[in-house]
Formats: sequence, structure tokens, C-alpha cells
Amino acid sequence: MAGRATLPRWVDIGLIPLINLSLALFVSGIVVLIIGGNPIRAVGLLITGAFGDGQMVPHGEAIGFTLYYTTNYVFTGLAVAVAFHCGLFNIGGEGQAYIGGLGVGLVCLYLDFLPFVLIVPAAIIGAAVFGGAWAFIPAYLQAKRGSHIVITTIMFNFIAAALMVYLMVNLLIRPGQQSPESRAFAEHAVLPAFHEILGAIGIEVARSPVNLSLVWAIVACVFVWLFIWRTRWGYAVRTVGQNTRAAVYGGISPANTIIMAMLIGGAMAGFLGLNAVMGEHHRLLLNFQLGYGFGGIAVALMGRNHPLGVFLAALLFGILTQGGGELAFEMPQITREMVVVIQGLVILFAGALENMFRPRIAAYFLARSERTQAAT
Amino acid sequence: MEAFTQAVSILDATLRLATPLILAALAGLFAERSGVVDIGLEGKMLAAAFAAATTAAVTGSPWIGLGAGIIVSVLLALLHGFACITHRGDHVVSGVAINTVVAGLAPTLGNAWFRQGGQTPTLEAEARFTGIDLPFAEALADVPVLGPIYSDLISGHNILVYVAIAAVPLVAFVLYRTRFGLRMRAVGENPAAVDTAGISVTWLRYRALIVGGALCGIAGAYLSTAHNASFVRDMTAGKGYLALAALIFAKWRPVPVLLTCLLFGFLDATEARLRGVELPLIGAIPGEFIQALPYILTVVLLAGFVGRAIPPRAIGTPYVKER
Amino acid sequence: MVVAAADGGERAPAVELIGIDKRFGAVHANRNVNLRAEVGSIHGIVGENGAGKSTLMSILYGFYQADRGEVRVRGQRVRVTSPREAIDAGIGMVHQHFMLVDPFTVLENVMLGAEGGPLLARGREEAARALEALEREYALDVPLDGVVGELPVGIQQRVEILKALYRGADTLILDEPTGVLTPQEAEHLFRILGALRDQGKTVLLITHKLKEIMAVTDRVAVMRRGEMVADRETAATTREEIAELMVGRKVLLRVDKTPAKPDRPLLAVEDLRVVDRRGVERLKSVSFQVRAGEILGIAGVAGNGQSELLAALAGIAAPASGRILIDGQPVPAGTDPHAMRRLGMAHVPEDRLRDGLVPPFEARENIILGYHDDPRYNTGPLFDRANIRQSCLQEMQAYDVRPSDPELPAANFSGGNQQKLVVAREVERDPVVLLVGQPTRGVDIGAIEFIHRRLVALRDSGKAIVLVSVELDEIMSLADRILVMFDGRIAGEMGQEAADERVIGCMMAGVGPEEMAPEPHHVGAE
Repeated sequence: MAGRATLPRWVDIGLIPLINLSLALFVSGIVVLIIGGNPIRAVGLLITGAFGDGQMVPHGEAIGFTLYYTTNYVFTGLAVAVAFHCGLFNIGGEGQAYIGGLGVGLVCLYLDFLPFVLIVPAAIIGAAVFGGAWAFIPAYLQAKRGSHIVITTIMFNFIAAALMVYLMVNLLIRPGQQSPESRAFAEHAVLPAFHEILGAIGIEVARSPVNLSLVWAIVACVFVWLFIWRTRWGYAVRTVGQNTRAAVYGGISPANTIIMAMLIGGAMAGFLGLNAVMGEHHRLLLNFQLGYGFGGIAVALMGRNHPLGVFLAALLFGILTQGGGELAFEMPQITREMVVVIQGLVILFAGALENMFRPRIAAYFLARSERTQAAT
Repeated sequence: MEAFTQAVSILDATLRLATPLILAALAGLFAERSGVVDIGLEGKMLAAAFAAATTAAVTGSPWIGLGAGIIVSVLLALLHGFACITHRGDHVVSGVAINTVVAGLAPTLGNAWFRQGGQTPTLEAEARFTGIDLPFAEALADVPVLGPIYSDLISGHNILVYVAIAAVPLVAFVLYRTRFGLRMRAVGENPAAVDTAGISVTWLRYRALIVGGALCGIAGAYLSTAHNASFVRDMTAGKGYLALAALIFAKWRPVPVLLTCLLFGFLDATEARLRGVELPLIGAIPGEFIQALPYILTVVLLAGFVGRAIPPRAIGTPYVKER
Repeated sequence: MVVAAADGGERAPAVELIGIDKRFGAVHANRNVNLRAEVGSIHGIVGENGAGKSTLMSILYGFYQADRGEVRVRGQRVRVTSPREAIDAGIGMVHQHFMLVDPFTVLENVMLGAEGGPLLARGREEAARALEALEREYALDVPLDGVVGELPVGIQQRVEILKALYRGADTLILDEPTGVLTPQEAEHLFRILGALRDQGKTVLLITHKLKEIMAVTDRVAVMRRGEMVADRETAATTREEIAELMVGRKVLLRVDKTPAKPDRPLLAVEDLRVVDRRGVERLKSVSFQVRAGEILGIAGVAGNGQSELLAALAGIAAPASGRILIDGQPVPAGTDPHAMRRLGMAHVPEDRLRDGLVPPFEARENIILGYHDDPRYNTGPLFDRANIRQSCLQEMQAYDVRPSDPELPAANFSGGNQQKLVVAREVERDPVVLLVGQPTRGVDIGAIEFIHRRLVALRDSGKAIVLVSVELDEIMSLADRILVMFDGRIAGEMGQEAADERVIGCMMAGVGPEEMAPEPHHVGAE
């Protein structure tokens, strides 16, 4: 028990994620080779895709898209990370984001008599309440009835999907329209994009969907960091996650803490709706959340559940998503799904196989520190 | 008579829709009864569907396609075992990794190889599993009541449907009447008991995963080379998770797995027919509600308000010898 | 069954361990251990917790591999690298925590690993026949079709014995077999062991209960700190001698303390009952008082309701009925640990790593566990980190926690320092009542003395202390008044001066004072 090896911090949060990422990219490179592409060229195209080449694709546009995707990943990554701290695996980010987006959409559609300064907080609340509510039921069932949250959140993803189809097709669809989309939101009921904001103060930037939600994503990261490591509630969450018996001993109710962590996680996922619905599409529609809930798992694992790590991992996946789209355009044998492959490999190496490398790396550094101690 | 024909046709569709669920849920049964959580049914099925369709398209043989599907699915099951058993990784994370990798890889490879937007070429009839007429199906078709039941409902399915049905008693036999089944049930409940009895926990769990992988491979091949004639992107569409729900709903037992899958298949088959139909007292049932019903039922069961689904005790926990 | 060896008719021993050495990282669990168990004997192995008994037996059973040394079975050197090989060599083991599959029937449990073929049907019949014969032979009364999880613990243990015998074990290892048994069940077990010996089987009995050793064994081996320090004929030794060998030197715990000056009752417990999740009554109508300036010691064999008592007093387990009064005020029903702390109840739990600490958390995070919403540690919604660190550092220095590093994770401290951290946290909150469970389990001598001094100082400052310990020495030297618990009840009470180890020992074993024999169950010559 005593004297367990602790890894240097830079190894834990720097080297190991880097090794995992390199492995994921290496395997992806092999996939590219198999399908007859040149991995080196693919990386080049991916990077120009993500940052623009300044000619065909303006830098501003590409970076804007990259940051737009990043924003989505930040929210769902935080949704997974907060639950992880409580020892829970929240696979339900997909459904929580979907329903959170519904909350945003309902606010924007039906409360648009409010001025902009009020509708934004209303939409934030809508996202948090709806996303949180969708996480609440699985959380309650886990906390009070012992129903395994992994299974219930998966079920809730499907229930959310069915619910949204029903609502969009039957109730929220714009009359006289074929595709299941709501009417466009009022002009003051959307989040302005950065190119609009910057344009208003005289800085010309190419059009892209990155909008004020990015600021909220950063706020959310800071909030989660403060919450988890600087408050007694976050302390309760971590205690329950690490040692439930000690939590009970310390007067912390695991049931209430589980519910609290999942409510916050659900709210975080729900904020995706701000970005996608209120920031980008300006209307309610189907599948705006598709893939980000699961992407959030990769983001959280890669970011080691730390908000800064989550942000950096989200940025990486934002780059991959945007760059991958451009890559698919340039190299016809590669599709956008290549990004999903990389996500899956990151989950595999950083998550499922984390025990494969960690002990070996730990042993190496332990041996090294013993050698240096012996030398002094 | 109209209603009868209708019923036969719904039940016929039920059987076809339930087949992949039965196979996948039985696959999950092997993994989970041995103590390994199997969220990766979806991914293994999708991978097998892709491998089977691709191989069948290239070789023209559904059997070689089936073999390829099984091999790919078993390889993924071994990867799951490598992560969860050998390296004591998190079972759920590993399953999600497999699902995610396959969801990306299948359309990527499909697109690269066939340039049809991730789809595989449509299979000719001889490269698919097509319906087989059981003996006397034609002759008995005109017999009232029993005739249609035999020739329309029981006869005329492809071989994999019969394989799925036959798999249920077979799995039950293996689980309850064989040494392997006894040990597998034991290792899912208390691996230490198995270890101290001189049996390798690791190898036992790997074997359970391999069997599950093979069944899942058949489920995938069924989707792309029997039920349909090609692989399409995301063609499992959550069936792996639905199978998992069925497995839980059936409390990890083979015969209830069959019944639950038939129920879920039935809901699927009736959804299109019930859409918008006015029912007395209830009014029109939204099709989406029927689609969501299996998931809702599973949550209700898991919540323990109706019955209680108690999983194998050691599920999801890596086996570490105590000091 | 007795095999005569070629050399002059001397029988080869059933099992012989020669020069066994085993390390787990820094822990040297077995040092050059030798053991020789004769055919048809019951050989006891005694030692304190952590003396290396279980490790030695796990090596014999192939669960671990020795770093050095050899194993001989009936004179033949054998390599035992897995339980399978141990079973093949005729060795069976009944583990402390039973290795049974609860939803299986007895028959299925016995068959597991010895099914007699790929299909169960034939093996099942054979097993049923063989088991019935074994049951008759050894008076093992077990329902073959009963579901194991629903059987009483004593019967489950018999299933384990049956399992070993069915696999053809000639040598049976039992690891602390009576810890979970009622006295009647234990008696029955000993009768079974006697029958096994009479049939030529060899029994290795691991225990820390001297009474059992004296009552049933032919020889006794004593282990201390990984070493085999003695191996005697039971008849030629005494309890006192074995006890001395076990502990090594006579550690007379001398705690400097003045006689207690008990004042008003700070804690009163009235007819407290606790029922566990399975509906079993674990605490049966317990009543007592603890006064200010008094240490009440609660002695007893582990598992006789002490843990449940502590849990109920700490608010962790809800009592089924009864009352708790702190300083005369009744504690409302449904009071959780958090509210209990506010009423002045502090708690050093029995298992610090499972309950009292969060091992990966840093010391400064552990020092606030249970008090994390104390206004001292918070400014508004945020932690007052400077203050937390400061008070952690102060407490670490005051309690001599080494290293005094608030940023070091709890897991990286030694057992003694972890315990001092917990004691510091609970004592420094100036509680009305302090509950202490096994305060010195796995703690080095220096820390033991330190912790004892602190507890006495707290007593002298006018607090009430409830001390639960399975170490009788600790209770006798520290407590001002002693309660003995047995089977969920208080079996007896006495003052420190009147305390007599033998009387307490009998109470712990459920023997009432009136039925106490002059020297209980002593087999063999004095």
C-alpha cells in the first residue's frame, strides 16, 4: 500500500496521452495505407483543411469551422468527464445533447418576445434544464435503485432519438415543409457568429459557424475545474468516485452526489444545443448532435477528465473533424468517417488499453528515480 | 381471413426482424455470463455485416461471406478480451472503442474499395442467403389455417433464420448441461471459485468471448447477406444495443432471450402497420413510441419496479488474485 | 491409507515444506519456512495477523509461487504452480472466504472443476453417489440440491470440505475456519476434523485462536513475522507458551494513565438493535453508557456485532430500534454521519483504507473528510485552500505524521502514519464522544504508543471514548471499563482492575461466567 509509485506529472498528463494519440494516429495511418492513400499527404491535407490554405480556403473560415466543432466536443467531453469523477460512465451524452438542444430550440421558438440579453440566459437555462433532466432519470435509477447507468443512458439515447423524431415530425415542423425542421428563429434569438461580431467592429473574417458558444464553452471549462477541485460539492463527487465507503463515512450521500454529478454532466451535454441549434442552424432539426456524445468519451479519456485536457482534446478532435472533411474532399478514397476511426482508436488506447502501457512506463520512471536517488 | 393473413404476415416479419437480435443477444449472453460486459455487440455485428457483404460480393459465395463475418467478429471479440481480460481494462470503454472504430472503419473501407459512398455492391441472388422452402410447403399451402402457417410463416426463410432459432436450445444445452456451461456460469459469478478449482479464468473467459464473437458474426452476416443484399452505412442502427436490452430483459437466460427478441421483433414489425391507427381509449399510437418501447421496457425492468434484472455478480470486474 | 516409507518403516510426512521464501514487493511474507505435517494428524499453524500463515498455505495450494524452497508430498518433491496441481497432488483448501458460487446448488459447486466429462449428466450421478458416501463417512450433513447462497455459513463450509474430499484430497488446509461460525457450528467442524484424522487424512489448521489449537490439534507450528518460530507437540506445550511465541517478546502495553474520573454520561445507548440487509439481527438490544473522562473498551472476536455497533453510533447504519443519547440529548432517528458529527460524534473507523481515507487523495484532502463543509474550510462556495493546507500541516506536525507533506497522497504513507492522520482529523475536531475502531491494526509500535497517549489525553480532557478492538491487550491496558460482545449482545462487563484475561476470553467465546470450567477444553497434559 505505502510507497506506491507516483508518476511525474508531466508523464501522467503529457507523455501518456501523447503516446496514446501517436498510437491511434499510427494505426489510422496504416488504415490510410491499406485503402491506397499516402498517410503523409493525408496529414498535410488534414492540417490545411483545419487551418485553411489562405487561398482556396481562407484561414478564418477553416479555423472557424475547427473551433465550431471544438465547441461541441468541449461540451460533450465535459459531460463525460464530470460523471467520470463520480465513478460513473455517462454514455448518454448523445441523448442529453439532443434533448438539451430541444430545450434551447423551445426557448428560441417560444420565448422570442424576450430581448437578446434575456433570451441568451434563458436558452442557457433551457439547455441545462433539458439536458440535466435527461440525465436525471438514469442518475436517479442508479442512485436509488442500482440500475446500471451505462445501460440506462444508452437506452435514453434511443428514447431521445425517437422522441425528437416524433416532436419534429408531428409538432415542431414548420407547416407546409417536407423536411422535419422548425421555422427559423427570430434574428435576435440566435447567437451571433464570430465573423459577425468581428465584422461589426471592423475586422473582416471569413464566414464560419463559430459563435459565442465558444466563450460559454470556456466558461464551462472554468466552472467544471472550480467545481471539481475547489468546492465541497466537487470534493463530494470525487470522494464518491474514488471510495464510496469513505464518502458514506464522511457523511456524503452517494445517491445525492451521483444525481448532482449527472445533472451537471447532462447540463454540459445540453449546452451543445447552444452551439449547434442557436449558434449554427438557427432552427430545430434532427441529428444536430450526431456523434458528439460518443466523441465526448474520446475527448474525456484523452483529456484525462481535466477541463484543460478536455479543451485541448476537443481542439484536436475539432481539427480532425474539420480537416477530415477537407481531406475526404481532396482524397476520394478517404471519407469523413476516418475521424470516427481515430476517435475509436483513442478510446481504445487511452481508455480500454490504458493498463497496457501505464505500468511499464511507471516501472521505467520508478527505476529511473531509484537510480538517481542511489546516485546522490 | 383477411385478419389471419395479416397476422401470418406480421409474424413472418417478426421472425425475420428478430433473427439478428436473437443471435446477437445470445452472443452477449456468452460474454456476460462469463463476466465480461459486451457493449460491443453493435460494432461486432456491423463489422461482420461489412465483412460478409464485401467477401460475398468478391467471391460470390454467401458461405465464404459468412465465414469472413465470423472471423472479423471473433477477432474483435479477442481484442475486447485482450483489453478487458488480459489488461483488465474497463469493459464498457473497450466496447465503446470497438463500436466507434467499426462505425468509422466500415464505411471508410467500403468507400475506398467500392466507391459507392460506403455501401457494398448489391449481391446477386446466388451470393446471398435466400429463402428455402421446407418439404411439402407448396403442397400444404392450401390446407386451411395450418397451411399458411406452415408454408408462409415457418417455411421460406433463409437458413440463418433457422440457425438463430436452433441456436436457442443449443445455447441452453451448452449453458446448463455441459462442463463448459457450468464453468462459464461459475466464472461470471465468482471467478475465484473457478480459479481455486484449478480452472483458468482467463482462458475460460476468452472461450466465451470467441463463441459470442462467432454468434455475433452470424448476426452481422444475416443483416447484409440474407435480410438485405448489401452493406449500407450504419446498417445495424442500434440493433446491437437492442440485443443487449433484450439480454437484460431476459435476465441473461436463453429461452427468455428468444421470447424477448420475438417481442422486440414484433414491435418492429407492427410499428409500420400501427402508425396512425386509432385505437379505442388510447387514440393514435405514435410509431416512434413503439420504436422506443423496447428501450423503455428495459429501463423499467432495470429500475426494478417490475421484476428485477440481477446481472452475473462478477460482471465488469477484472479478476485479480487477492493478496 | 498409511504409506510406509522404505527407510525403516518411518512414515513419509503427508506434506513437507522446505525453505519456503516469498516476498511481495517490500514485504517479506515468508522467510525460509519449514513445516512437516504427518499423515493422519491435525497440525495447527498459529500466528498473529500478518505473520505469513495464509501466504504459506497459498503457496502450498499453488495460488502463489514461492521465490525459493520446495514442497514435498509424501516424500515426493512436487511442483505446485497452480491450484490444479495442488489438487492433483491430493491437497485441498478451505479458504477463509469461501470459494463458492452462490446461485449454484451444492452438487454443482462440488462438481465445478471435477465434472467427469464434457457433459454434466453422467458426472452428476457419479458425484451425487460419491458425495453421499463421503457425507456418511465424515458426518457432513449437507443437502445436495440446496442453493449454496441460501445455506447457513456452517453448511457452506462443509460444502467446501466436501469439494476438497471429492477431489481426492488427503491433506486439507483450513484457513481461519471458525471466524464465521457459531460455537455450535465450530464444535461440529471439530468433530468433522477429528473424523478426517481418524480416516488417515491430514489437516492443516490455520487459526489465531489458541483455544482451538489446544482443543483439536496434535501438533502446533507458530509463525511470527514470516518466520516459523516453533513446532511443538500440542500436548507438550501450554497456551501461555504459544502465546509468548506468537507475540515474540512479552509486549506489556504500558499506557501511562491515571485512574479515570468518570463524570456525567456523554453517550447513552438504549436497547439498540441493528438488522442487516439480509434481515439478520446483528445487534441485539444493546444498552450501555459512557461517561465523560472514561474509555469504554469493547472486546470480542471480530464479527460479533462490534462493527454494527460502531456503524450505528456513527450514523452509517440506521438502527432498527432503540435510542442513542449524546450528552443527554436523544439523537433523532435517521441521523446520518454528517449530522452525527455535528452532534459531537467523531469516529476513527475500523478499516482506515476502506472507510477512513480516500487513498488517492492528498493528505490535505483527507484531513477534511467528513468536515469538508465546515465554515473554517470554506469561503463562500469555494474551499479556503490556504487554511486547509495550514491546518493540515499543523495537525500532521502535532501528530508526528511523517512525512509532513500535505500534498502527498494518503496511499503513499505507511499504515501508522495513515492512522495518525485519521486520528488527528477526528480528535482535533474536539468531539463530545470519540468512537475508535481497531486503532492500532497494522500500525507500528511507535505509532501505537503515540495513538494510545492521544486517546488517554482526550479522555483526561473530559471526553467519552468508545474503543472497539479485537486486540485484548489493547483493551485491557487502555480501557477503564470493559464490555465483551458476543453474538450481537453484551456478554459481560467489568472494570479495568477486575479484568481477567481468562474470564474475558471465555465471554468472548460465549461461555457465561457460571459455566466456566477451571481451565476450558484443555486437551493433553499440563
